[in-house]
Amino acid sequence: MAEQHSPVVMDTDLDDAGLVHALDVTWGTRRGFWGAIATVDHKVIARRYIVTAFVFLMLGGVLALAMRLQLAQPEARIIDPDRYNQIFTMHGSNMMFLFAVPVMEAMAVYLVPLMIGTRNIAFPRLNAFSYWVFLAGGILLWLSFLLDAAPDVGWFAYVPLAGPEYGPGKRADIWAQMITFTELSALAIAVEIVVTVFTQRAPGMSLDRIPLFVWAMLVTAFLVIMAMPAIMFASSTLIMDRLVGTHFYNPAEGGDALLYQHLFWFFGHPEVYIIFLPAVGMVSTILPTFVQRPVFGYLPLVMALIATGILSFGLWVHHMFVVGLPRLGESFFTASSMAIALPAGIQIFCWLATIWAGRPIFKVPMLFIIGFIVTFVIGGMTGVMVASVPFDTQVHDTYFVVAHFHYVLVGGAVFPLLAAVYYWFPKMTGRMMSEVLGRWAFWLIFAGFHLTFFPMHILGLQGMPRRIYTYQPELPWSGLNLFVSVSSIVLAAGFLIFFIDALRSWRSGQPAGDNPWNAPTLEWATSSPPPSPNFCFIPVVGDRNPLWSTPGALAVASGLRVDRRELLVTSVVEALPQARESSARNSVWPFWAALATSVMLVWSMFSPWAVIWGSMPIAVTLIGWFWPKGTPEDDS
Amino acid sequence: MSRHVVLDVSHLPMHATGTASPTWWGTCAFMLIEGSGFSLAVAVYLYLMSLAPMWPIDAPPPDLWPGTILTGLLVVSVIPNLLVSRWARQENLQRVRFGLIVMSFMGVIPLVFRGFEFPALHVFWDDSAYGSITWTILGLHTTHILTDIVDTLVLTALMFSRHADNTRRFGDVQDNCLYWNFVVLTWLPLYACLYWVPRL
Repeated sequence: MAEQHSPVVMDTDLDDAGLVHALDVTWGTRRGFWGAIATVDHKVIARRYIVTAFVFLMLGGVLALAMRLQLAQPEARIIDPDRYNQIFTMHGSNMMFLFAVPVMEAMAVYLVPLMIGTRNIAFPRLNAFSYWVFLAGGILLWLSFLLDAAPDVGWFAYVPLAGPEYGPGKRADIWAQMITFTELSALAIAVEIVVTVFTQRAPGMSLDRIPLFVWAMLVTAFLVIMAMPAIMFASSTLIMDRLVGTHFYNPAEGGDALLYQHLFWFFGHPEVYIIFLPAVGMVSTILPTFVQRPVFGYLPLVMALIATGILSFGLWVHHMFVVGLPRLGESFFTASSMAIALPAGIQIFCWLATIWAGRPIFKVPMLFIIGFIVTFVIGGMTGVMVASVPFDTQVHDTYFVVAHFHYVLVGGAVFPLLAAVYYWFPKMTGRMMSEVLGRWAFWLIFAGFHLTFFPMHILGLQGMPRRIYTYQPELPWSGLNLFVSVSSIVLAAGFLIFFIDALRSWRSGQPAGDNPWNAPTLEWATSSPPPSPNFCFIPVVGDRNPLWSTPGALAVASGLRVDRRELLVTSVVEALPQARESSARNSVWPFWAALATSVMLVWSMFSPWAVIWGSMPIAVTLIGWFWPKGTPEDDS
Repeated sequence: MSRHVVLDVSHLPMHATGTASPTWWGTCAFMLIEGSGFSLAVAVYLYLMSLAPMWPIDAPPPDLWPGTILTGLLVVSVIPNLLVSRWARQENLQRVRFGLIVMSFMGVIPLVFRGFEFPALHVFWDDSAYGSITWTILGLHTTHILTDIVDTLVLTALMFSRHADNTRRFGDVQDNCLYWNFVVLTWLPLYACLYWVPRL
């Protein structure tokens, strides 16, 4: 039943200019400080997320350079052991929790609604909340580093080192609570993505027409939903062991230190795929544009994504091969670790077939994709090697493993991410990035990466352990370490050029136009950058590559209101239109809720009562958030 | 890019209901998160049990009566809950108001018995790993009940406000009922785990 508002305005009542203006009034972000705080536009929030995550990448990179400086020569005294422990812990935690996962989810927050042809992400206020919580978690971690009180227990914070007996002070608590912040924000986005993909796709975009990046993000979102509770359980029980004297990880009272490792890796291994699956989704989406033909093997690619997602839950014990588990268990996890190479292989062959059958255009995004394939295959092969228990026992906790996971994570996720930034930058900013600087960035990053990380395999085979702050001159590692450290400068120079290119192009790059790459998916059917409501009319889709099947023309739906935030809800399988649903307006409440949540979480590191007293302001802010305001969005 | 209109959606309802509703899917996704969390808690319970030479560790099994009464109350509460959901589907405001008041009580009363459940465990959280996991499971589910009570109370207030007579609100009521069913359903394996597994 409708309450009384200003008259209803439909999109068919207005001419083009009037429609654009009216939609902008309804969907726009107000100027000024409070406008920025209150916005729920998925593009604005995603942009913040991406920029923040890249700032964390820079900071984490600086830490990596600091470690390389220290390790460049034996017996160096530049960084003391305690600071070094903090630095490698910060580097890992920062890169995993503040950069890799958030940046992938942020790309999805920007792109998924555009790619499926809707006007905003589902639960836009939750989206705003998620960003503020993420930001608070990042500030918490880095503030502790500035105060020389950062976590020093590794990015996994194993007990007993992180437990009450060996981890005095608040360092491990800060790590554990940073986990709560970032997982909370990741879970929020995962829910939004699942619901957006299930209910808000453009009419006609049946399940077999969803862009592969969107499929990848859907599978990733389910991984987040099922894996992240494990790490929240682990980090919360760790804090409880430290703060209120529970005994989860205390063997003297019936607890078990290995339980922590199980919980951590039950999350930690899917985590690798939470970072990797979005990246392969990006590759599968970008590649067709640069060979100008549809991707080869859409169905096997989707099945590979789903299979990887399922298998990723059966691998966690391969991180624990040296802790002394039953043989049968180890054999099972060796088999499953090798089995996951199959869906990865299927994807590689589908991409190769796509390139084979098309005409490759070697622009910068394509270079990063080729760099990804080469690097990831090497990382995948060392992955199959460490899946074998006898080999893993030899190289466990050595630089071989450091090399392996950087090949998989940087090669497997950061290269596709950089391809994605070069590819979608024009859509996000309306400007092209420089092809010349991009090539410099690619070659420096690609060469710098391999020169930095390949020798680490050899260092590992020579027995150099991870996480040591220095080594003696008589050990045979100094030459390669110096080489690695010098190479890391090349890698850093590549990233520096990338950042300069991004900043320069944002300000004064060549105007991009709507579809500079002649790409086939829906995000290119709107202007660059897209207007607040994304599309003036919701597109209607007839196949997988709508912009290629009818070049220059777009089928659309009309009949939506423009005086309220309205979008189309469609059915899960066939995307048949079901309703004109409203989308939440801008609101400052998510910001206050995030602030209240942050206060409670930080307070609870010091007192268990914070959970009770701190929950009350959260409840108040949530009621403020959800209480209807009598806006047209409340009409039904 | 030229556009041609191929579909008119102006006849569609202004609010998606039931399984078409994004809120319904969102509730399901949150239930999956919480379900994963509870499953993990039970897995941790069984893991710790498998390691212990005797279970429970240095404590008798919990007393049955408060937990069993609470379980009975929760199961019974499903009946008015389903009725409220049906009345909400029928958009019968008077009955929904009445039903929500009933459901507010049906949420609060079990909490009284929950208060007796903690001492009935005969163990404290800092006595042993057994105490830690039982208090954690019970604490998690108490949070679960509390969250839904606050939700139900706010919704009850909302249904007495000027915003009440709206399909959207009735959808909120149905989603709240769905969530309460989930609260009850998750308790059953937790009840079996906490009270009957130690007696095996």
